[in-house]
Amino acid sequence: MTTPPLELSLPDASPGSLRRFLHGLPGVDEVGANARVASLGTRSIKNDAKAWAIDLAIRMVDLTTLEGMDTRGKVRAMCAKALRPDPTDATVPSVAAVCVYGDLVATAREVVGDRIHVAAVATAFPSGRSSLDVKLMDTRDAVAAGADEIDMVIDRGAFLSGDLALVHDEIVAVKEACGTAHLKVILETGELRTLDNVRRASWLAMLAGADFIKTSTGKVTPAATPPVTLVMLEAVRDFERATGRRIGVKAAGGIRTSKDAIKYLVLVNETVGDEWLTPDLFRFGASTLLNDLLLQRQRMASGHYSGPDYVTID
Amino acid sequence: MSFEYAPAPESRSVVDIASSYGLFIGGEFVEASGGGTFKTVNPATEEVLAEISEAGADDVDRAVRAARAAYEDVWGPMSGRDRAKYLFRIARLVQERSRELAVLETLDNGKPIRESRDVDIPLVAAHFFYHAGWADKLGHAGYGADPRPLGVAAQVIPWNFPLLMLAWKIAPALACGNTVVLKPAETTPLTALAFADICRQADLPPGVVNIITGAGETGRLLVEHPGVDKVAFTGSTEVGKAIMRQVAGSGKRLTLELGGKAANIVFEDAPLDQAIEGVVNGIFFNQGHVCCAGSRLLLQESIAEEAVDALKRRLGTLRLGDPLDKNTDIGAINSAAQLARIDELVSSGEDEGADRWSAPCTLPERGWWFAPTVFTGVTQAHRIAREEIFGPVLSVLTFRTPDEAVEKANNTPYGLSAGVWTEKGSRILWMAERLRAGIVWANTFNRFDPASPFGGYKESGFGREGGIQGLGAYLAVDDAHDVGAGR
Repeated sequence: MTTPPLELSLPDASPGSLRRFLHGLPGVDEVGANARVASLGTRSIKNDAKAWAIDLAIRMVDLTTLEGMDTRGKVRAMCAKALRPDPTDATVPSVAAVCVYGDLVATAREVVGDRIHVAAVATAFPSGRSSLDVKLMDTRDAVAAGADEIDMVIDRGAFLSGDLALVHDEIVAVKEACGTAHLKVILETGELRTLDNVRRASWLAMLAGADFIKTSTGKVTPAATPPVTLVMLEAVRDFERATGRRIGVKAAGGIRTSKDAIKYLVLVNETVGDEWLTPDLFRFGASTLLNDLLLQRQRMASGHYSGPDYVTID
Repeated sequence: MSFEYAPAPESRSVVDIASSYGLFIGGEFVEASGGGTFKTVNPATEEVLAEISEAGADDVDRAVRAARAAYEDVWGPMSGRDRAKYLFRIARLVQERSRELAVLETLDNGKPIRESRDVDIPLVAAHFFYHAGWADKLGHAGYGADPRPLGVAAQVIPWNFPLLMLAWKIAPALACGNTVVLKPAETTPLTALAFADICRQADLPPGVVNIITGAGETGRLLVEHPGVDKVAFTGSTEVGKAIMRQVAGSGKRLTLELGGKAANIVFEDAPLDQAIEGVVNGIFFNQGHVCCAGSRLLLQESIAEEAVDALKRRLGTLRLGDPLDKNTDIGAINSAAQLARIDELVSSGEDEGADRWSAPCTLPERGWWFAPTVFTGVTQAHRIAREEIFGPVLSVLTFRTPDEAVEKANNTPYGLSAGVWTEKGSRILWMAERLRAGIVWANTFNRFDPASPFGGYKESGFGREGGIQGLGAYLAVDDAHDVGAGR
């Protein structure tokens, strides 16, 4: 909303310049941000609008499994579901992408071919605690295995200790290692804590070349929240005004119901506008959300609720 | 692809509007003696909702006598603890019937259901709960060990928050042991009449609350009635001045809550996204029909351009239309007369050289509507910077320094409210000390709470409503005890 500084006054990558710029951004009043989210949360989305929103939300899902117990079998099953979420209804669209650890990228790619994206978490996900060399290797390895989207984590320790240039330079390096793969930068907002930090980290990531900014790893509570997403959406809106570049936003973790997903879509619609209502610019990182979307979709088609055994568990 | 929200109208079936209403006097609905009537209309459709009785001199007299009898026989002698029971009961009934009351308010007033449902009705219940708590604790309110009520209160309220203004008036009056005769505005009587039914449902003793309907003449008869001990009025400064003349020398206690032309002051270090939300909420909430509306936006010059751009962008997302639709942000203007006044002042703004911008939205064909409008290039000399428009019209002015902001904010005959937006805490306190306004909001606007006193300086009136300070307006105490009463 604030017209950010014009392109000419965007910072160079020097530590002082970055710090001055990021700390010169307008503050975020948390009470006000929460009130705005609560107010938009009362929007009533019914009938045709709801059906449209549910299909859009399905197309925006990055269907995710990020567990130590993941196997090739589990990933294959999830990929099959990602391509055809509801085996009983061919009109249900595929999701946007599957999201897995780097060692399972090849397996995922075998199943989905080039029909949907394959995203890999990289850079010592979820903590980000390793050397830059390891992070870059992690990234290149995933891209080589077939990932066309990389979900990296920022160094929250460096961010919180004020070493903004380190965070910036790491993102630049990872972006380079991605080659043509799209880069999503995970801010892990549950560790940044304040909305002021969320706004600064969003700008930092965008300035360093992020294609998407993403709320969370899903491994830290709280994960995505509507106020955090609101602030990130405001940042991408302002960044577009300053640079002409559209950056995507991914809300990940903790979004489990259709009702919640629709609230996020309302937030997108009324903050950045409907240009962002596309899987190219907004995603949900989720594992269980998809089944609730399918249940709601079935209910809208048939007029009654089915049950958890009428959607697949993969 | 665009996200079109499907219509989501709240059902009208929860309300049952009679074709005509009498006056609520002595615990029952009675015919007006003169037989005069008027119609109340849905401002969003111009549909006639009901025929309302017009109270004449005999009716006013009857209502005041009923209130007097109830005061002397029942309510005055009753213990605070027992009065509290009735107030708690009323509060719970308001909650139980909240959906019905919200729909009724929206039909009669034109405000969006989102506001009547989420703001007006919950605050009504909160005011009764809050004052129920005071009824048996008045000895601890700072007005002496056993403060006495005044007697019969004549209360005249406006159309912008019909049931909420009723609650602000009736809840403290009853808690303190007074009985009341209340006149709602002639364009919005329906929720007050529904409240009469709630009084019956609560078994409130007959005559403790009397509701008489009518226009200005009925109000004049009521405040001039010699049997009245206390007059409380919320409405325009013009009528407030007339009432003050009528009441002068009569010994009646008086509180007035009148107009405003509040400044919403945004500094360059403000949290801008939230400040814009606050500015929007400050002036476009309830179509700007708010006496404490932030109708003058004072922007620090260094951010003026970007703030106005951001404001216009935000106004483009406001949804104007059917007030019963749950997604509507801006409802209808309450009456043709009010719309004419807004039109007249907006024309004056254009004639005097300010730049008008109105949000692009399609106005419904029937009913009374006005698109959210912003004037830039406004100076202190323009009428739109000085007169209360009472509509969705914002005048934008700029300032350079904090001193200039204070001077401009205070340079108005009014002094009801003000807003300050800055991340700097010390500046908030510095500003609040200097702003001559009864309410100063910091990094928020239009927030109400029954525990917080509300009232104005200068031509915005005197006396406070709400909080411990508001009790003084309904108790027989010296002004010296009148904690925090206005000037």
